[in-house]
Amino acid sequence: MPLWKNYYLAQSIPEALTRLNEGARVIAGGTDLLLEIQQGVQPPPESLVDVCNIPELNSLEIRGKDLFIGAGVPLNHIVASQLVQENSQALVEACNLIGGPQVRNTATLGGNIAHALPAADGTIALLALDAQAESVSSEGSRITALEELFLGPRHSRIEENQELLVGFYLPLRKNSQASAFKRVMRPQGVALPILNMAVWLQRKKDRIADAHLALGPSGPTPLRARMAENVLRGEKISQTLIEKVHQVMLEEVHLRTSPYRASADYRTHLAKILLQDVLEIAWERAGKD
Amino acid sequence: MDLYLNGKPITIDPQPGEMLVDMLREQLALTGTKVGCNEAECGSCTVIVDGEAVLACAYPAARAAGRNVITIEGLSPLALSPDEMIEQDELVQKSLHPIQEAFIKHGAVQCGFCIPGQIMTAYALLEHDPDPDDEAIRHALKDTLCRCAGYPSILNAVKAAGERMRTGVPIRAPEFQSSSPLEVIGNSYIRPDALDKVIGRTKFTDDLKFEHMLQARVKRAGVPHAIVKRLDIEKARQLPGVLAVLTAADIPGEKKHGLVIYDWPVLVGVGERVRTVGDALAIVAAESRAIATQALDLIEVEFEAQPVVSDPVQAYDGSSPAIHPGGNLLKHIKVRKGDIELGFAEADLVLEHEFHTGIYEHAFIEPECSIARLTPEGRMEIYVGSQIPYADRNQIARVLGWPEEKVRVIGMMIGGGFGGKEDIAGQIHAALLTERTGRPVKLLFDRHESLLVHPKRHATQIRIKMGAKRDGRLTAVESELYGDTGSYASLGEKVMTRATTHSAGPYEMPHAKADCYAMYTNNPPAGAFRGFGVTQACFAVESMMDILAERLEIDPVEIRRMNALRLGSTTNTGQELRESVGLLECIQQVQSEMESRMDGDPFKPRSSPGAEHLRRAWGFAVAYKNTGLGGGAPDKSAAEVELCPDGILEVRTSSAEIGQGLVTVLQLIVAQEFRTSPANVRVLLSDTDLTPDGGPTTASRQTYVSGNAARMAAQVLHQAISSTLAEKYDCPPQEVHFEEGLVRLNGNSLPMEEVYLEMNEEGRSPRALYEYWAPSTDPLGDGGNMHFAYSFAAQAAEVEVDTHTGEVKVLNVIVANDVGKALNPLGLQGQVEGGVVMGLGNALTEHFIVEEGRVITDRLARYRMPSIVQTPQIHSIVIEHPTQDGPYGAKGVGELSSIPTTPAITNAIYNAVGVRIDNLPVDQEEIVRQLNKFSKTAE
Repeated sequence: MPLWKNYYLAQSIPEALTRLNEGARVIAGGTDLLLEIQQGVQPPPESLVDVCNIPELNSLEIRGKDLFIGAGVPLNHIVASQLVQENSQALVEACNLIGGPQVRNTATLGGNIAHALPAADGTIALLALDAQAESVSSEGSRITALEELFLGPRHSRIEENQELLVGFYLPLRKNSQASAFKRVMRPQGVALPILNMAVWLQRKKDRIADAHLALGPSGPTPLRARMAENVLRGEKISQTLIEKVHQVMLEEVHLRTSPYRASADYRTHLAKILLQDVLEIAWERAGKD
Repeated sequence: MDLYLNGKPITIDPQPGEMLVDMLREQLALTGTKVGCNEAECGSCTVIVDGEAVLACAYPAARAAGRNVITIEGLSPLALSPDEMIEQDELVQKSLHPIQEAFIKHGAVQCGFCIPGQIMTAYALLEHDPDPDDEAIRHALKDTLCRCAGYPSILNAVKAAGERMRTGVPIRAPEFQSSSPLEVIGNSYIRPDALDKVIGRTKFTDDLKFEHMLQARVKRAGVPHAIVKRLDIEKARQLPGVLAVLTAADIPGEKKHGLVIYDWPVLVGVGERVRTVGDALAIVAAESRAIATQALDLIEVEFEAQPVVSDPVQAYDGSSPAIHPGGNLLKHIKVRKGDIELGFAEADLVLEHEFHTGIYEHAFIEPECSIARLTPEGRMEIYVGSQIPYADRNQIARVLGWPEEKVRVIGMMIGGGFGGKEDIAGQIHAALLTERTGRPVKLLFDRHESLLVHPKRHATQIRIKMGAKRDGRLTAVESELYGDTGSYASLGEKVMTRATTHSAGPYEMPHAKADCYAMYTNNPPAGAFRGFGVTQACFAVESMMDILAERLEIDPVEIRRMNALRLGSTTNTGQELRESVGLLECIQQVQSEMESRMDGDPFKPRSSPGAEHLRRAWGFAVAYKNTGLGGGAPDKSAAEVELCPDGILEVRTSSAEIGQGLVTVLQLIVAQEFRTSPANVRVLLSDTDLTPDGGPTTASRQTYVSGNAARMAAQVLHQAISSTLAEKYDCPPQEVHFEEGLVRLNGNSLPMEEVYLEMNEEGRSPRALYEYWAPSTDPLGDGGNMHFAYSFAAQAAEVEVDTHTGEVKVLNVIVANDVGKALNPLGLQGQVEGGVVMGLGNALTEHFIVEEGRVITDRLARYRMPSIVQTPQIHSIVIEHPTQDGPYGAKGVGELSSIPTTPAITNAIYNAVGVRIDNLPVDQEEIVRQLNKFSKTAE
């Protein structure tokens, strides 16, 4: 049986939606999807509709107070984009670590999000950057806070066969704001991060005025550590603060043991290391304005 | 759809489910683009689409509509047709893209399978950034894997190509010092196969096409230990497009294969025992791979599960179920020297430690592929990349029930072997299906199958007890080894023998005792893998030496120097070393180089500049490795040299070119003997009809044995020509001189074409066959010469350990190898660098995980070989202590350079952060746990 029967290259959103309604599955870069079909994780679809050629999904531009990144923009374009570099450093750092160089030339942010894995690098960065997702169906388009999008591993609120992810809105960076992303991998075995973390913060003099923190894998869906964020607000960065944030973070996220990858203890330990790293990097960046 | 392919517009229909790589290879017959993993991991299939490097194995063909696609075939400015390319080598040379030229000149090409992918990835980089720094090159090539690991040469080649593209400065080959600058031998020479490899013209087995060829697939057991209760192939047989489905009942001849012991069932039949997940139950031949795959799903199997034996210590326990009729003990191997009790009594300090090493996978980038075909005369031809073509022929013939002469094994280019292409993979299955259907049959393993089926590196448990005097002099070593040979013997007995005999290290050891239990388990079989057991033993012994040195407060280099094998030493197997023992010089040279880079003690930890938590230190290790089979096994190779009508000297032997560079070595040797340019020598390998038996390409033996065979065949032919011409031209034979492709005598100067005619006229055959027998060796236990030569090495590795995360980086490796004589320094360099990187993978990145007989690392995404990013700076020092019977003094090096790397790294980790690694591979979590004293709680 072939991996698919029909392959449609949609040139517009209405065309893609028509194919979706006919039962086709969306393919963007396809770097995850095609492997899962090949390896039998997902059944071969009858039809695939390729959305990479749709101009709207390929746009990367400032729209009002936001940076808009189309769901079909390949990761290497995101990494190389001056706009993204200026506004969303965490996303640049995350996208530059997804897959390998060749994969990044076709893989898309939309695919990374739609796959809905709890530790997808792009997802974690977008969460900290407070991104919103735009999707479209025959009913019209809607905007969803990214965090609301995820239901479980490989399972999102984007309605299969009805809805198409169009892109992401990220608030433009203002003075004294910055973000950072880091992850730790294991050289052997499963090619997934042991832990990744992204932070966005706003400096006010020597204190953190505001912060967003996301890490994965921290449960079945990627999430923000909002209690930990609360602890950060209004504080100075210090070892005591990091200890405290770490403690609070552990209460709200679930760091588990994954066979062949990491124990919960190792993840707990790394959470503090990464926390310190991303906070310091973002703090320093935010001080440059 | 329409697209531009290599600059030309084409119209083509993408097929359902077709990836770009399939369209290129199948529809367009552009086989330069390779499929290594088919899971977007290895980068071999990299092509350029609209200026970007993409993986053609995960790029739907239909997406290429309207785009501009460039493949390796389209890179050179002159677009030549395949026929033109074959006929006009010179034109091809001239039309090479600078990257292709640089890869050739820098020796970046070894087995060549990954090279089109490397070149295309580099092309995309240089098109964007013609002046990339090292960091940018590493970043771009990160996921384009090379298992020969010519990464340093690849990096240099990309830089040189960039310079050429920017400035037009011609690409210069790296220079090496030669100990014989005026000879052919000892001077760098470009591999003759490099040109084809950089332009995508080289044919690996999967690149061959025959008319009416069927595609085969194998039904694997998928359970580690069971009895087959029912096997129903009826539905599969009836599937349209299926030509044959065979089971054990259909085998005409012998039912089992094997290299030493025939214990590996070709197919496991009803009522018979499945011993590992990769066992074959049925084979299918169909009109397409998709149909064959579909047929596999229609085969119904029922098993009666058996308890699984999952590790060798458990296997030794009498209560474990017997996997083979003779029980689970494949072999108990013993070494005895002196009086071990006395040795420990004489010691001031006795230490004991247990080490564990895991299973490792060769992960050659070219997966196994065999094609079988019947000739009109009724003979069976097998096209395959095999390390032992004659053993293949024997095993295929036995199972077919045919005389060997009716089977011809034709060796194709091999995309990496490392010991993993010695056993039968698909050769027999393809032959059986061809015999049944009468049609050519291709059996290509996918990566998943390759990971499950071929024999791996033996996992071991090694307990070492070592005694020493206060001054560091060793008095005794006792070792106990358990080796996991998995479900079938393969070369398990030989591998574990080598582990056992090398378990005292390259040291003078007055008293030694070793016991090894090579055990069957239900894990995938284990067999030959670069290092052949010595890798594991070296890790244990060299770790022990550092433990000992620390306790005795002696410098790690000093304790090794004090005890090192030297001229006149007797090994633990009772062999007196009378020549060619360069260990002391290796130690000295590595130490000097290391100390020249350091103020103060290199083994003391220090922090990375500006980062207190990054701790650095050096580690040291030494190794030795036999050349050749040894242990009393007859070790011979035959080679034939012939002067052809075109004046070219052709050398022929069945030995295999697996990337290591044998083809260049043979070329240089024959050129040396005839005082001609290597360009006037052609090498033909691996064909059981056309080339005499060179024996297995294993045990670092080919330079020595086939090198000698070629050299002596050349000498016999040289003599025959000399005497014939001397008689005809009436001069003494010693006045017949071969010079630069000519023969000069009596004032005459004959081109070789004329020499050929002269020989023919005189009725003399311009051909000589020589069967070379290496010096005889003695079996283990008899004392005497266990091996005819040993190579020696020392390495120092500098690591940086992140005390926060436990991550380990290797920054520098200094390596010295006593190779006897470096025949081709450029080839040697590549082999040494590749060995070091493979050793690094053994220490840090690779872990073949098997749980209760089931393979967890069953995709390349889960088995991580080192990439260019992890490659350290490698400084290679060549030491030449010639061995008398080796060709020009040469001995083996293929395995040696990878052996001491692991303990050099783990000793460095200890020196940096005080964590002793006794379990391979290094677990970064364990490092950080020991440093931070957090406990492990199970969830």
